[in-house]
Amino acid sequence: MQASNDPYDVIVIGGGNAGLCAAITARRAGARVLLLESATKDFRGGNSRHTRNIRAMHQTATAYLTGPYGEEEFWDDLLQVTGGETNEHLARMTIRASEELGEWMPANGVRWQGSLRGTLHLGRTNLFMLGGGKAMVNAYYNAASRLGVELAYESEVRELKIGDGEFLSAVAIRNEVAHEFNARAIVVASGGFEANIPWLKEYWGEAADNFIIRGTKHNQGQMLKELLKHGAKPVGNPRGCHAVALDARAPKFDGGIVTRLDSVPFGIVVNKEIKRFYDEGEDFWPKRYAIWGKLIAEQPDQIAYSIVDAKALPLFMPSVFPPVKAGSIPELAAALGLDPPALVTVVDKFNRAVRPGAFDPASLDFCRTEGLQPPKSHWAKAIDTPPYYGYPLRPGITFTYLGVTVDEQARVIMQGDRPAKNIFAAGEVMAGNILGKGYLGGFGLTIGSVFGRIAGREAARYATS
Amino acid sequence: MLPPELLKEGERQMTICNACRYCEGYCAVFPAIELRRNFTKADLTYLANLCFDCRDCYYACQYAPPHEFGVNLPKLMSQLRVETYREFSSPAIFSALFKKNGLAVSLITFAALAIIMLLVLGLKGPGILFGIHLGDGAFYRVVPFLAMTIPALIIALYGFTVLLMGAVHFWRETQGHLSEMISLSDLWRATKDAFGLTYMKGGGAGCSYPDASFTYSRRWFHHLVFYGFLLDFASTSVAAFYDHFLGWQAPYPFFSVPVVLGTVGGIGLVIGTSGLMVLKYQSDRDPAEAKMLTMDVAFLALLFFTSLTGLVLLALRDTAAMGTLLVIHLSVVVGLFITMPYGKFAHVVYRYAALVRYAIEQRRNHSVNQ
Repeated sequence: MQASNDPYDVIVIGGGNAGLCAAITARRAGARVLLLESATKDFRGGNSRHTRNIRAMHQTATAYLTGPYGEEEFWDDLLQVTGGETNEHLARMTIRASEELGEWMPANGVRWQGSLRGTLHLGRTNLFMLGGGKAMVNAYYNAASRLGVELAYESEVRELKIGDGEFLSAVAIRNEVAHEFNARAIVVASGGFEANIPWLKEYWGEAADNFIIRGTKHNQGQMLKELLKHGAKPVGNPRGCHAVALDARAPKFDGGIVTRLDSVPFGIVVNKEIKRFYDEGEDFWPKRYAIWGKLIAEQPDQIAYSIVDAKALPLFMPSVFPPVKAGSIPELAAALGLDPPALVTVVDKFNRAVRPGAFDPASLDFCRTEGLQPPKSHWAKAIDTPPYYGYPLRPGITFTYLGVTVDEQARVIMQGDRPAKNIFAAGEVMAGNILGKGYLGGFGLTIGSVFGRIAGREAARYATS
Repeated sequence: MLPPELLKEGERQMTICNACRYCEGYCAVFPAIELRRNFTKADLTYLANLCFDCRDCYYACQYAPPHEFGVNLPKLMSQLRVETYREFSSPAIFSALFKKNGLAVSLITFAALAIIMLLVLGLKGPGILFGIHLGDGAFYRVVPFLAMTIPALIIALYGFTVLLMGAVHFWRETQGHLSEMISLSDLWRATKDAFGLTYMKGGGAGCSYPDASFTYSRRWFHHLVFYGFLLDFASTSVAAFYDHFLGWQAPYPFFSVPVVLGTVGGIGLVIGTSGLMVLKYQSDRDPAEAKMLTMDVAFLALLFFTSLTGLVLLALRDTAAMGTLLVIHLSVVVGLFITMPYGKFAHVVYRYAALVRYAIEQRRNHSVNQ
């Protein structure tokens, strides 16, 4: 083991959005900062490299936002998606602090763009980064480097040495050699454990083998495990994860945004036994897509098939893999590896159950089925216009909810509800304090940015005082 | 024919971009992609020529190599552009000049130099070439007026015809009809985008050129080249007017309109082309296509030597070096004119046509949405 004798003021573990915000803030506060990133330079930035926008409170419309979004509305949105699984004090603090991000981020090189005209209707509530998350991450790395933050890629921290609730040193592997780094304070911003399949198996069993991880393969949860081992107080449902329906042909890791599929509400979905298992038209897709990951995870072999016809194809965003296409339902079934007569039966039964109505993809149109189990409540139209298209679906994990409890200074709460004096956490590793359940678009970045800045400031304050 | 594997690769990458759309704030290419579901040869031809190679998307791309999706739009677009320039130029035998453009341009220019030099020496003799000539018509004592202007006009007319045919071909290929109503507002928008280099602004960030950090330097150098070129063109036009209508023969005084325009334009070109060549030298090769780079350098070098030799000729026109300098200058100009339809100059035509198509397409899309 090699030891670095000159201790840093602050070591930041994890070079995604939260870690970068912490490193930049700590450096600006005068601290000597080392940032340890486990990925290569090309894949730096964790899941932040796949993000698109950030939710931020603002009082008025701006060049980039179509209208105001105040604290109460923001809080109501959060309360609704979490069903109350949130710490109101920390949540409101985060919401209020998000107001500064519209200026702080550009001051560190991030650029905004006008609201998106695609299918995401977030133009009022969320700021869109020009070029997306990787462009943001690039800007932050440039800023950090210019300010004099020491950056180390391919440096995976394996172990934290903690004594009596106080951080002593971190052991990282670089070029297969273990290095021990000393620092007066540490910021843990290393994400969740969604890429750690054995860990997911503890809750999901063998099914986890069939999960696709939407983001980085580096989110192994090693630091989360270390903190919990040393007595950090957990927060969030350990079994909980944000799981969506993805194209089954997606790569195992880092497929990002393009592998999502928005076809579900415009057709039917069957499992490999050719049974429908949930109301495809229960609500708008942005409000439902996050339950479909879990639904598919519960099906045999964790696979399902979205079946649509030619009428439906123009109604949803194109996805990256072309659909399986066939001139008839039996041919489609064969192409998908399903039993043709069984699929014909299901489609015929569905088509007969469809009631006439005024179809409108932009509203809850009550074009529905009657006498069908499970029903389809909206956008139900007979699947009768060839060619027919099929997409295989698998559960895709975005992030996990389990984290460590923090206080408003981003200090990690240890045994006996005492905050650790020099251990801080930011980003997904503590997001469960605020987002204990559900999903709110662009809010993960908000939590990471706000707590990254707090953690950087507080760590620098502790280390340099 | 565009290589089928290139078309297939183009369709693959465009499909990924269309499912992602994170880059739509950078330039016109992405909003144009979003209007499509399929990417045919016509679409790829159009989109490739709409791309200004700013490379912002490459560094912002979560799917750029080494990601297994391997999205590298600047490289793909450059490859497609080289192929479209070649495909739309005529006759086919000369289109081959695009294949080894740097070599072709150099050989043609040196051949022009050798031929003009031999003609002057053979027909006029070394006494004229190395003598001092002053006053009205001094240049024409070395190279007679008609010998200078007639071939130049023929070559220019030829080049213009080939490029015009290319533009028509491009317009047809990209599903446009010649009879298509082009409104003045569409042409105005395209012209503004072309003259202002809107899409080298990268949505406010500039180009990621020569490396991942954003800068406006490429745009400013390009402006110097473009407006320098226009000033030199204006200078030549004014000189032709003087000669033809007023009977004033070159050389003109230092503070005459043609000389001032030519000098300012020439200086702009020297600085602009040097700047662009330095940027190209420093540039990241991963998002680059080698054939395009060669073509760029060949064209920039010709422009650079055209303006440099012109400026030196101006400075030394009263000395014994004038004859030699004039021959060298004219040879470079001939090389530039001959290779115009078979080199990087072609981008002016196809880029502008693509911008017009974009203006039409966006107007239609907006009127549909309103």
